[in-house]
Amino acid sequence: MNSLPWQEVPLTWYLLLSAVLFALGVVGFLIKRNLITVFMSIELMLNAVNLSFVTFAHQWGAVKGQIFVFFVMMVAAAEAAVGLAIIIAIFRVRATLAVDRIDLMKL
Amino acid sequence: MNGHLNLWLIPLLPFAGFLFNGTLGRKLPKWLVTTVALLAPLGALSVVGNAAWPLSSARLPLPYVETCPVPWIDVAALHVNFSFVLDQLSLVMLLVVTGVGFLIHIYSVGYMAHEEGYARYFSYLNLFLFFMTVLVLAGNALVMFVGWEGVGLASYLLIGFWFQKKSAADAGKKAFIVNRIGDFGFLIGMFLMLANFGTLTFAEIGAKLNALPGWQGGVLTIIALCLMLGAAGKSAQLPLYIWLPDAMEGPTPVSALIHAATMVTAGVYMVARTHVLFDHAPFALGVVAAVGAATALFAATIGLVQNDIKRVLAYSTISQLGYMFLGCGVAAYSAAIFHLMTHAFFKALLFLAAGSVIHAIGGEQDLRKMGGLCKKLPVTFAVTTVGVLAIAGFFPFAGFFSKDAILYAAFVQGGSGRILWFVGLVTALLTSFYMFRLWYLAFLGKPRTEGVHPHESPLSMLGPLVILAALSICGGWIGIERFGAFLAPSVGARAAEASNTQLEWMLSGAAVGVAFLGWLAAYLFYREKSTLPTQFSAALPAGYKLLANKYYVDEIYGATVVKPLLATSKYALDLVVEVGILGGIAWLLGAIAKVAGAILQRWQSGNIRSYAAWLAAGAAALLLYVLVPWTFVLATFSASHFNVMGH
Repeated sequence: MNSLPWQEVPLTWYLLLSAVLFALGVVGFLIKRNLITVFMSIELMLNAVNLSFVTFAHQWGAVKGQIFVFFVMMVAAAEAAVGLAIIIAIFRVRATLAVDRIDLMKL
Repeated sequence: MNGHLNLWLIPLLPFAGFLFNGTLGRKLPKWLVTTVALLAPLGALSVVGNAAWPLSSARLPLPYVETCPVPWIDVAALHVNFSFVLDQLSLVMLLVVTGVGFLIHIYSVGYMAHEEGYARYFSYLNLFLFFMTVLVLAGNALVMFVGWEGVGLASYLLIGFWFQKKSAADAGKKAFIVNRIGDFGFLIGMFLMLANFGTLTFAEIGAKLNALPGWQGGVLTIIALCLMLGAAGKSAQLPLYIWLPDAMEGPTPVSALIHAATMVTAGVYMVARTHVLFDHAPFALGVVAAVGAATALFAATIGLVQNDIKRVLAYSTISQLGYMFLGCGVAAYSAAIFHLMTHAFFKALLFLAAGSVIHAIGGEQDLRKMGGLCKKLPVTFAVTTVGVLAIAGFFPFAGFFSKDAILYAAFVQGGSGRILWFVGLVTALLTSFYMFRLWYLAFLGKPRTEGVHPHESPLSMLGPLVILAALSICGGWIGIERFGAFLAPSVGARAAEASNTQLEWMLSGAAVGVAFLGWLAAYLFYREKSTLPTQFSAALPAGYKLLANKYYVDEIYGATVVKPLLATSKYALDLVVEVGILGGIAWLLGAIAKVAGAILQRWQSGNIRSYAAWLAAGAAALLLYVLVPWTFVLATFSASHFNVMGH
């Protein structure tokens, strides 16, 4: 079987994609007013970092980066569970999810 | 070998009693409180007895040391262990402390029966025994200091037992504060010991000094004088005796235990314990003797005119402590300890008997309102008679032997010792006079009590009285020769003077003679012609006033020490330091925080997105810092800069 003469996608592209995703996350985090969108922006940033981790792991042939990604995903899952619970609790009391209006520690 | 003596149990049993009654006692039935409170000293006494028992057959090599396996202080050159030492000296002292202590515990059961703070009283009493036994057993100066401070605390708590009464609370504070002055001396002495010997262990210091017999005076004198200051505070000697008369505000059994029999003798014990130091400091020894003799005479003269039965006894205690220091000062340590022991018996007896009298006539302490009690209180009368005969020094009561030993030791020292002997003899005369005065005023003559029906005390009070009376009679029969020989390994044997029997008889005769003289004078004054005292005080108004007002010492201290201190505290310390410096610093700190807060407040807008923006900006700045090769940039920049300059 002839292998296709395809080149591997270069490292830089992955990193660029990761940087773009991260920047999008930051911007979303900063300018969005809806708490859920802000939350999703955070997830986006986390996954951008995950992407660069995997990239480097592939590049150096080391497995550490991939393991790290698992940890990040696990923490992100836990964070999502807790975060969504908090969001629901806030919404029940305040009937709003606008971050600008949620500026008191007490519900 | 006899294995362990478990010395640690001696202090810890009373401590357990203190914890039990101190925490739970208030809610427990009285019989349980009493049982625990009595078991603690009884247990300690039995451990001491167990330690003393093999001694009689000389199977136990002394000193016997028990050290806590865990080092207490172990810093750089300072190594201090929590060690207990049992030798002849501490054994005698322990027997006195736990034995008399146990008797007084029993007495207290009757005396304090109707008191509000019954459990509190016994927990304090047990606490006192704990600290006192630590003090006595201490193998080094620091452990002794722990006990030393602790008995001061227990004394403070018990003097102020009726703290609702202002005079009692004040007396407690006075005792504590005056003792601090002495403690200061003890501390300085300890520091100097550490600096000069590198150790605080008594045995090691003794060994070092014995190895250098030529080392005399100098720093040793200073150390000994510092220790003497501490002893003067604790044992109520001139000039720090002023707290003891006021300490009579406490319950009478406390006066008997702490302020007569045991705690106040701690100073004498400490001097005997560190006697090697004093032996190497003849000047300090002279000071000890002079202070002792002066205090003995001084306090005895005040005792002549006091009308409060407990105060008479308090001044007599100070006076007798003076005797003990006089004994120490002429290096007759075993005689001093002998007197300490017999004094513990007869003075505890006298105080407890006084307590029995006070109890019987409803809390009255004024001798002028007593009289004629001998029929109503036959047992109390009998034991008081024994006590009075013992303290006056009549043969064959305990006081005769010990007082005689001290006076003899002073006399044979020659030189200034003769003066000390004479002062001691005059004091013996005064002692006999004021004790028989008390005896006549309280028990004989016409009853001057009004509206009270004296009743003999319960058995729990009479039992200890009878035992102490027996000890006051026989306590001295062991004789100074055998007692001194027993103590010799601890306090050193006196250079054996050619025992001059004839001289001894003469001196004893003189002592008993002045005792009779005192009795006779008291008989004339207070029995035969009861107008004599008033005639005397009228003939010598100045002298009488001086004595009645206790030489105005309290007033002098008040004017020279207390008032200036209060004025300094009020004006200099309060206005300048408290309000000015401390208050100013506090205000300044507050102002800084306030201004800083006002500035930093602006960041705390409460706007989450602005926080997020700051976060992002911070992260970006960090990234910039890490990514940009600053050295390269700077080098390029400065190079181009210089190029520009160059053109």
